[in-house]
Amino acid sequence: MAFDLTIATGSSVPIFRQIVDQVRCGVANGTLAVGDRLPSVRALAERLLVNHNTVAKAYNDLIRDGVIESRQGLGVFVARRRAIYTKAERSRRLDAALDAFLSEALVLDFSSEEIRLALDRKLEAAIPSGAASHV
Amino acid sequence: MSDFVLRSQDLTRYFGRKCAVNQVSLAVPRGSVFALLGRNGSGKTTLIRMLLGLLAPSRGSAVVLGCNSAALTASVRARVGYMTESHFVYGWMRVRECAAFQAGCFPRWNKRVFDSVVDYFGLDAEAKAKNLSRGERAGLSLALMLAPEPELLIMDDPALGLDPVARRALVEAMLAVTADKDRTILFSSHLLDDVERVADHVAILDRSVLRVHCSVDAFRERIGRWVLTFAGRPPALSEIRGLIHTSVVDQALHVTIANPDEKTEAELQATGATTVSRTSLSLDQAVIDYLSDRRRRTSLLTAVAPEPSLV
Repeated sequence: MAFDLTIATGSSVPIFRQIVDQVRCGVANGTLAVGDRLPSVRALAERLLVNHNTVAKAYNDLIRDGVIESRQGLGVFVARRRAIYTKAERSRRLDAALDAFLSEALVLDFSSEEIRLALDRKLEAAIPSGAASHV
Repeated sequence: MSDFVLRSQDLTRYFGRKCAVNQVSLAVPRGSVFALLGRNGSGKTTLIRMLLGLLAPSRGSAVVLGCNSAALTASVRARVGYMTESHFVYGWMRVRECAAFQAGCFPRWNKRVFDSVVDYFGLDAEAKAKNLSRGERAGLSLALMLAPEPELLIMDDPALGLDPVARRALVEAMLAVTADKDRTILFSSHLLDDVERVADHVAILDRSVLRVHCSVDAFRERIGRWVLTFAGRPPALSEIRGLIHTSVVDQALHVTIANPDEKTEAELQATGATTVSRTSLSLDQAVIDYLSDRRRRTSLLTAVAPEPSLV
């Protein structure tokens, strides 16, 4: 899956924030790897059809947070991985994802037991533990 | 930013007894893309014409590139590009004649810029201006404004009546100009999608009065929306500070507030609402809420001050 930035106008999320979120997300889910080069401010502004200050502001935020780094004369690259989010922010994001997942599962009328089993299956597929603890 | 390419002080204009522009004080920073918003008849065109010295103010004054608007010198005028509402061009001229005529009025003329814009819009140099479509006329008008490479561009509703392709070309041209940090654009528009893409400063004229004047980021940060639910009928809210707009959706009351602070939430709780939750607001919603406000008691003005304040 290639990394592709898109933005939407008329959103309650400002454009610079949309860019920041998508780059963070790309790094988190692996579509952007350490050392990958991002388009220049000018190129991205031209492609997204937005003011280049907006892209510059997004990149500055990402650089400040250590998600990407600027190498003089070479461009902007995904930085070696540090904690991208603070501990509190990680918890908040996990909570939000769990809320969405749970409300969907409950609306579909699954029992707690079924939901747990389905989650375990997914976890096992995503992070095989080898010594899965089957009772 | 302390460097302003354009400033006005209490600019006011009456047409007979009707006040078209009421004490407008603007400051447009160098290098900014400044969007002037407002409903039809709010005074945008009158304001622009006064800034350019094309219309005498009843009161107040404006300074463009360091020169009083009422007495613009030819050399200052040559550094300002103006795109009129409805893209006026002389209909009896051919496209190439328009270029020659305009080139004669400016000390600088970048033929490459003119040709590339004209080419982009697919114009024939031999075509009579009066036979051009609206989009083509906009293209010609844009080329005529850009070729002298003005440092200040004033565009009165440039997207008016354009099809999506021409509109996109217009936005691309504006963005290309702003890649140069020393060039400034002041434009009026009703197309908030375009404004969100290109503008970094915003001013809102509401029935001849300037009510918003700040950066786009500040504008978005300084307007908040809350959703209030009530056990029974939502009450009428009049005493909330900064209240711009309310609407009832199902049983819930949606409230838009300018300059919310740490006390706002408590004030909303005090209305007797069972739940009070903050939601986010898009730029177009924020603008529309402002423009449909009947109370008109709030303003987000910076003018010359660095931070927006409640007036």
